[in-house]
Amino acid sequence: MFPSTFDYVRAGSVAEAISILDGSDDAKLIAGGHSLLPLMKLRLAAPSTLVDIGRLSELNYIEDRGDHVAIGALTRHRDLETSAVLKHSVPILSHVAGEVGDPAVRHRGTIGGSIAHGDGASDLPAAVLALDATMVVRSASGERTVPAANFFKGFLETDLGQGEVLTEIRVPKVSGGWAYKKFNRRAQDWAIVGVAVVRNGSTRISLVNMGSTPLRASASENAINQGASIEEAANLASEGIDPPSDLNASAEYRRHLASVLVRRALQEASA
Amino acid sequence: MQVTMTVNGQTVSRDVEPRTLLVHFLRDHVGLTGTNVGCDTSSCGACTVHVNGESVKSCTMLAVQADGQEITTIEGLASPEGELHPMQKAFQENHGLQCGFCTPGMVMAATSFLKENPHPTEAEVRLGLEGNLCRCTGYHNIVKSVLAAAESMGE
Ligand SMILES: Cc1cc2nc3c(=O)[nH]c(=O)nc-3n(C[C@H](O)[C@H](O)[C@H](O)COP(=O)(O)OP(=O)(O)OC[C@H]3O[C@@H](n4cnc5c(N)ncnc54)[C@H](O)[C@@H]3O)c2cc1C
Ligand code: FES
Ligand code: FES
Repeated sequence: MFPSTFDYVRAGSVAEAISILDGSDDAKLIAGGHSLLPLMKLRLAAPSTLVDIGRLSELNYIEDRGDHVAIGALTRHRDLETSAVLKHSVPILSHVAGEVGDPAVRHRGTIGGSIAHGDGASDLPAAVLALDATMVVRSASGERTVPAANFFKGFLETDLGQGEVLTEIRVPKVSGGWAYKKFNRRAQDWAIVGVAVVRNGSTRISLVNMGSTPLRASASENAINQGASIEEAANLASEGIDPPSDLNASAEYRRHLASVLVRRALQEASA
Repeated sequence: MQVTMTVNGQTVSRDVEPRTLLVHFLRDHVGLTGTNVGCDTSSCGACTVHVNGESVKSCTMLAVQADGQEITTIEGLASPEGELHPMQKAFQENHGLQCGFCTPGMVMAATSFLKENPHPTEAEVRLGLEGNLCRCTGYHNIVKSVLAAAESMGE
């Protein structure tokens, strides 16, 4: 299997990438290619031009900025997994990065690619949602910031428009407990359901693969933040949520998993 | 499009379509057929090579993305005199292969893994190889081989 034909341009800077995107209806950025190339090989995506930003070192960094850590969009999962700054200040993020796919996938995939792809079944989008991270987006008209809560719009759809590049992810440091529970049945697999919990003053809980985007478990969050027991909060995990049914799990089984995993994650984050 | 990269220490340069996958570049354009294509969907690891010393599934990378990079394939592991790499020896001595189809990918994934974790536990070896499937299901001896290689390389 190979993709249909396309033109390939390696961008020398973010500005150059933006100008190429602006001059085309369907040019696409490629970072690690570990979401895009599988889609192109299946001909589910067929952009006329690929703009390779994979080597832009200006977007490859993890920096301590006082109350938050700034991560360049092209930082690979492997570099998140091994980052001393993240292990110290946002340990959940390096842990979650280490749960993505397998080592070879983590050598190529980037945090920006994962978030821009916006798959509700992916690990890092749910993590940045629970962390209340901020996305920094650049285009020809300048820079804007988008909170994670407003970034994921629908199935593989984010707030990013054509001509926009996700450049940085700003992640608040975590002072309290955290946990990430990824449930799958085979090595290297995606989560059938996943749960991220971050306790930074209040508690935020996000869900993987319970909908077309990563979701907050708002009912559980409200309950726990108002003093309910872990048990009570966990029972509300899928309140107002309509999870998908697929070969791996029925909607009903996903609801069950969400409750169990929210309970376990809250217990671990509170320990 | 002209791409130039180092493959097993030699500079190679070819004119390819941008959609050429690295695995096809290596097999069909450079003639190195040791790297196998198994699933072709990024799942099995049969196509694993090293890009700048790290394991990568070459069915999920374009040759143009590898332009200017250093690639090592299974053919490049033994010494120029033909002495096998300790990982290859360990697979040979511990019956780490049955049909051999997954072996090039297993060996490349395992050598990359040992660079990151030179003294792994058995459980860590299993996790480190989670992206590589053996259809003969010979995992037990594959893990044994990697542990043996870790020991012999650590000496
Ligand atoms: C075998 C396999 C297993 C996997 N398992 C998991 C898993 O368990 N959990 C998980 O979460 N993920 C998994 N993944 C996906 C992996 O994490 C991808 O690497 C990641 O989702 C995409 O990152 P990338 O850099 O490869 O993006 P690319 O594939 O290069 O790009 C993805 C999309 O984002 C866009 N894009 C990329 N960078 C930017 C940017 N800076 N600004 C704007 N748009 C951008 C591209 O145009 C494209 O549409 C797996 C992938 C494979 C192949
Ligand atoms: S052929 Fe590349 S992962 Fe299976
Ligand atoms: S030895 Fe046959 S596939 Fe692994």
